[in-house]
Amino acid sequence: MKGELSMQIGTLARRAMRKTLRQPFQLFPIIFFPIILLAVNASGLRAATRLAGFPTHSYVSFAIAVAFIQGAMFALINSGTNLAEDIETGFFNRLALTPMRRVALIGGLLVGVAAIGALQSAVYILIGLIAGAHLDAGFAGALVIIVLGALTTVAFGALGCAAALRTGSGEAVQGLFPLFFVFIFLSSSNLPRNLLGTGWFHTVANWNPISYLIEAFRSLFIFGWDPAALWRGFAVAIGLMILGLLAVAVTMRGRLQRT
Amino acid sequence: MSSTRESGGGLWRVAMTIAWRGLHTYVRRPDLFVPSLVFPLVFFASFAGGLSALGTIPGFHFPAGYTAFQFVFVLCQSAMFAGLFTGFTVAFDFESGFARRLMMAAEDRRGIALGYALVALCRATITMIVITGVALLSGMRITGGGVDVFGLYGLAALLVLVGYGWAAGVAFRFRSIQAGPLMQTPVFLILFLAPVYVPLKLLTGWIHAVASINPATSFLDAGRGLISGAHNHTALAFACAVALVLLFAIWTLRGLRNAESSP
Repeated sequence: MKGELSMQIGTLARRAMRKTLRQPFQLFPIIFFPIILLAVNASGLRAATRLAGFPTHSYVSFAIAVAFIQGAMFALINSGTNLAEDIETGFFNRLALTPMRRVALIGGLLVGVAAIGALQSAVYILIGLIAGAHLDAGFAGALVIIVLGALTTVAFGALGCAAALRTGSGEAVQGLFPLFFVFIFLSSSNLPRNLLGTGWFHTVANWNPISYLIEAFRSLFIFGWDPAALWRGFAVAIGLMILGLLAVAVTMRGRLQRT
Repeated sequence: MSSTRESGGGLWRVAMTIAWRGLHTYVRRPDLFVPSLVFPLVFFASFAGGLSALGTIPGFHFPAGYTAFQFVFVLCQSAMFAGLFTGFTVAFDFESGFARRLMMAAEDRRGIALGYALVALCRATITMIVITGVALLSGMRITGGGVDVFGLYGLAALLVLVGYGWAAGVAFRFRSIQAGPLMQTPVFLILFLAPVYVPLKLLTGWIHAVASINPATSFLDAGRGLISGAHNHTALAFACAVALVLLFAIWTLRGLRNAESSP
């Protein structure tokens, strides 16, 4: 029974991975946008390293953390759009009519998303190092980044799946993208929280969970091993993942009842 | 079948009809209206609020303060994006078949391009009023004179037409919303490869080299000069903007011809 479930999940995970890797318009934003934004911000905001209290002399090392979150947000769009497409074409309904376990329907997709998340995290680390970032935590830190990257990607991917199951429309899922981007903008993405001079922005960034996710990735590049930053980052990633999976469970029930 | 040129009256009749329809659709659809207001405000909050510490960097001297410095970027960006999003509307109207029917009915088809340009200007006006109101409420200082401020909004209006001209040319050629990234990406890159966060003199490395030859740098320099009263590249920025408007007008009209001759 267990072997059957893992086979079902494995098959759907491979399909989800291939679907992303074979479509340039899905793969291109994952690599291109975070890198181009890193290049632009790292150059344009290099002067910020001259601020008293800025934690590093390398803005690339500081800013590379944002790429992992942007990559995870593209996973939200890709997984949601792919699932919505399966719903729109009727493929999801046909799958639901097979003896396949329900948990495998979304589990397979999310395992594929996790694999893509790990892969894209490795690519960001590599590009960051080429661009001049310094990974203070070393090789073990890179592995932790890959694990945190995969977890974050699954968390956002699950939210994308929940949106797809709820709406059944790829267009609606695409519409979520800007909403999530607001969370990046209103976080400590460009400056550390202690240097956010505007009072209300400092408060919003303190309450914004994305700040803690970014700081976990960032800590491995800048400070080496910072247990507090890592603990908070993993807590946010796991919390978002649980929230996403709960949303998937609720919306899936509604979707299958309608089917 | 109506021809491309008929009379001046026909041109304006078509343009005004399209402008009315476009504006009516825009204000009645929250999915179009809300994001066009929210995005510039988020950019403004993020840059002016989140990066205000950059105003204390040694070598950063801007009389009107960092909020006004970033306001000009957000104003220019929202102006160009109002034009771009109107290009999306053109593409969407082709996809839905509406633009085809419009081309059959229009007395003078150049009025179609002109009408959408008026839509872009109206959309940008709404966005710019909201952004300006929020910026003033957040304590933005304007140290430039009344004529300077008028010049700033004049420059923004030209940038609306630049953004629209580029996007409409693409939309008339591809006639599909799938060409959206082609409309958006170059404008996004040009804007962000300018001195967005700090003045040009504080940029170093490759970004300084790119920003030095980027026309968007002159727009931002001129806009910041106008809002602060310390003019900087104002004539150059207006000359660049007018040249781009003319260039993209040709690009748009040729795109319209392309759409007319397509099966």
